[in-house]
Amino acid sequence: MTLIGWIQILLYCAIVVALVKPLGWYMTCVFNGERTFMSPILRPVETVLYRIGGVDEKREQHWLTYTVAMLLFHVGGFLIIYGLMRLQALLPFNPAEQGAVAPDLSFNTAISFITNTNWQNYGGESTLSYLTQMAGLTHQNFLSAATGIALAVALIRGFSRSSMRTIGNFWVDVTRCTLYVLLPICIVYTLFLVWQGMPQTLGAYVEATTLEGAKQTIAVGPVASQVAIKMLGTNGGGFFNANAAHPFENPTALSNFVQMISIFAIGAALTNVFGRMVGNERQGWAILAVMGVLFLSGVAVTYWAEANGTSTLASLGLTGGNMEGKEVRFGIVASSLFAVITTAASCGAVNAMHDSFTAIGGMIPLINMQLGEIIVGGVGAGLYGMLLFVVLAIFVAGLMVGRTPEYVGKKIEAREVKMAMLAILVLPLMYLGWTAVAVVLPSAVASMANAGPHGFTEVLYAFTSATGNNGSAFAGLTGNTFFYNLTLASSMFVGRFFMIVPVMAMAGSLAAKKSIPPSAGTLPTTGSLFVGLVVGVILIIGGLTFFPALALGPIVEHLAMNANALF
Amino acid sequence: MLREIRPAILILLLLTAITGLAYPLAMTAIAGTIFPKQARGSLIEKDGKVIGSALIGQEFKEDKYFHGRPSAISAPDPADSSKTVSAPYNAANSGGSNLGPTSKALADRIKEDVEKLKAENPSTPVPIDLVTTSASGLDPDISPEGALFQVPRVAKARNLPEDRVRQLVIEHIQGRMAGLLGELRVNVLALNLALDEASK
Repeated sequence: MTLIGWIQILLYCAIVVALVKPLGWYMTCVFNGERTFMSPILRPVETVLYRIGGVDEKREQHWLTYTVAMLLFHVGGFLIIYGLMRLQALLPFNPAEQGAVAPDLSFNTAISFITNTNWQNYGGESTLSYLTQMAGLTHQNFLSAATGIALAVALIRGFSRSSMRTIGNFWVDVTRCTLYVLLPICIVYTLFLVWQGMPQTLGAYVEATTLEGAKQTIAVGPVASQVAIKMLGTNGGGFFNANAAHPFENPTALSNFVQMISIFAIGAALTNVFGRMVGNERQGWAILAVMGVLFLSGVAVTYWAEANGTSTLASLGLTGGNMEGKEVRFGIVASSLFAVITTAASCGAVNAMHDSFTAIGGMIPLINMQLGEIIVGGVGAGLYGMLLFVVLAIFVAGLMVGRTPEYVGKKIEAREVKMAMLAILVLPLMYLGWTAVAVVLPSAVASMANAGPHGFTEVLYAFTSATGNNGSAFAGLTGNTFFYNLTLASSMFVGRFFMIVPVMAMAGSLAAKKSIPPSAGTLPTTGSLFVGLVVGVILIIGGLTFFPALALGPIVEHLAMNANALF
Repeated sequence: MLREIRPAILILLLLTAITGLAYPLAMTAIAGTIFPKQARGSLIEKDGKVIGSALIGQEFKEDKYFHGRPSAISAPDPADSSKTVSAPYNAANSGGSNLGPTSKALADRIKEDVEKLKAENPSTPVPIDLVTTSASGLDPDISPEGALFQVPRVAKARNLPEDRVRQLVIEHIQGRMAGLLGELRVNVLALNLALDEASK
């Protein structure tokens, strides 16, 4: 670990924190339906969309209608991606003449993108046409991100409203989020990325003759426009197979730094939206503090582990940390930091190959996802995931003192706690369940690229990433098989929607409750006691759930490595 | 609930048209106008022919060139499409070795590479980036140590004084952005082009 490394990490945190208030203020205006400085240009587009779509923007929805609208929207999104992938050979914008994608891979990818997972069983440059990349993947990057944010805002309204039947209008929330928040930032961001060296072209792959006279086919494409939303919307699905490690998808140290900021920007700012909407910004800062404690602990461990390297490297006298699967322009620190960020948020973009991380360095990304990606988290998904843990923490605190727990003026009762537990328990059910199935099926075991405990970790990581809608991978695992395409798709589907529906039910029941003023017996939820309590609940629930699985994977591998065992 | 079906179709199609077609196509047009070179892939031409991209590494095997890092990219075997063969720096694909810290295959590969390099330059410690594969398999850079390590070999193959070659390497070291972000590095293709120029 170096001083300059830590300065980069702290600078990163400082910039993310500095963006929280301005972005939080702007998004609050957008979701409250107020005029913003973008309105003169965007308001006419917005009204046309509502008129054609038959949306009455003044009419709000009950939580059930809101949820049904969201689900219908995803059915359509699924069909568009699946259709484009199957038919891409017949459609325009396909200079590399990519053929139709197989049905199981198309199914997996379509589920992957509508759930904001963006698991890559496809290799972008070797499988997909430009049209599929744009109208299939780029469009769903926007819409799945907008959906996540809309749902978080709906849950916030549940807390901030009093005795109301409705939680907002899904169509209005998604449209406003796309037009006012995501699109303007992405336009500027795309130009920045192209300036840094990212291609943005519809031209064919380039044939080059290298200095030594060999032929090199260089894949290009409309990369920057997709990468902008891929990072900002915490989607993470790469244009190229190597994702953000590919020099075209992340050309410089600066593009890397800005990409890392854009992963966290919206998720962190949503804590401020929460604070503003419930009438006390300090409530938002307290939540961000919980995230910050967990985040910095993860960064420190992974950075330490990667800088230390492996016993194999040490025995050969190689110093400088574990550079296997990392790029020179990012080095140890930017690769470690990126890995922790991308798994804390449910982004899943990678600028280094997690499969080649040290056992402990790779365990932190795994833990980040298993905690439910609540450390900033996916745009929207992170906040509502975190609020589930807050509800539990408040409930536990209430049990300790024997009072009905309250949070930001709402009584937390049986229904909320049941919904929170339902949403939280769905995740380990999927990733532990499918991992258990995969390791006893010989055909699934055959997909492992590494032997020994590392192979087990590959499988555990895959199902954790899919269930958490992350999308990063221990990419040695051959995931493009019938078994993994279907089981991973089911993990992504359940991990997304079986979490969302209870969250929306909770939003509805909270909105219907009266707001009560704080009394002498109310636990203050803005101080360090509260922050410590939530961190504790997250670690205890997480620890009890997945520690045994970690012991079989990264922990035993670390011990084996220290004993110089190879597999 | 039925009234939600109309927006589910129409809002979806309109937003798809905006974000999936209008946005990327407009960005392609704008970026192509403002940054034409980058938008096409930062291509380098020599005598009217494309010889590569400034951002994409390429394979160097000859002694007279600086070598990049090992690349773990594979490609379908032309003889049997169900198998893959090693295809270093294949820029129509990308990816890393994905071998973990306790992988015997990785340990053996690194050991072999270290021995080869030690034979080439016994007096300098082997820099780690020269024996580890990059994440993309297309890493255009090596560390300054990785370049300096190769100076004796390159100088000998070209009949140039070592100091001259070393000087060229030092001129090609790219610093951290604002002295802070990223790592020190040398772009292998740029260095080799300069080397060809200097040998004329």
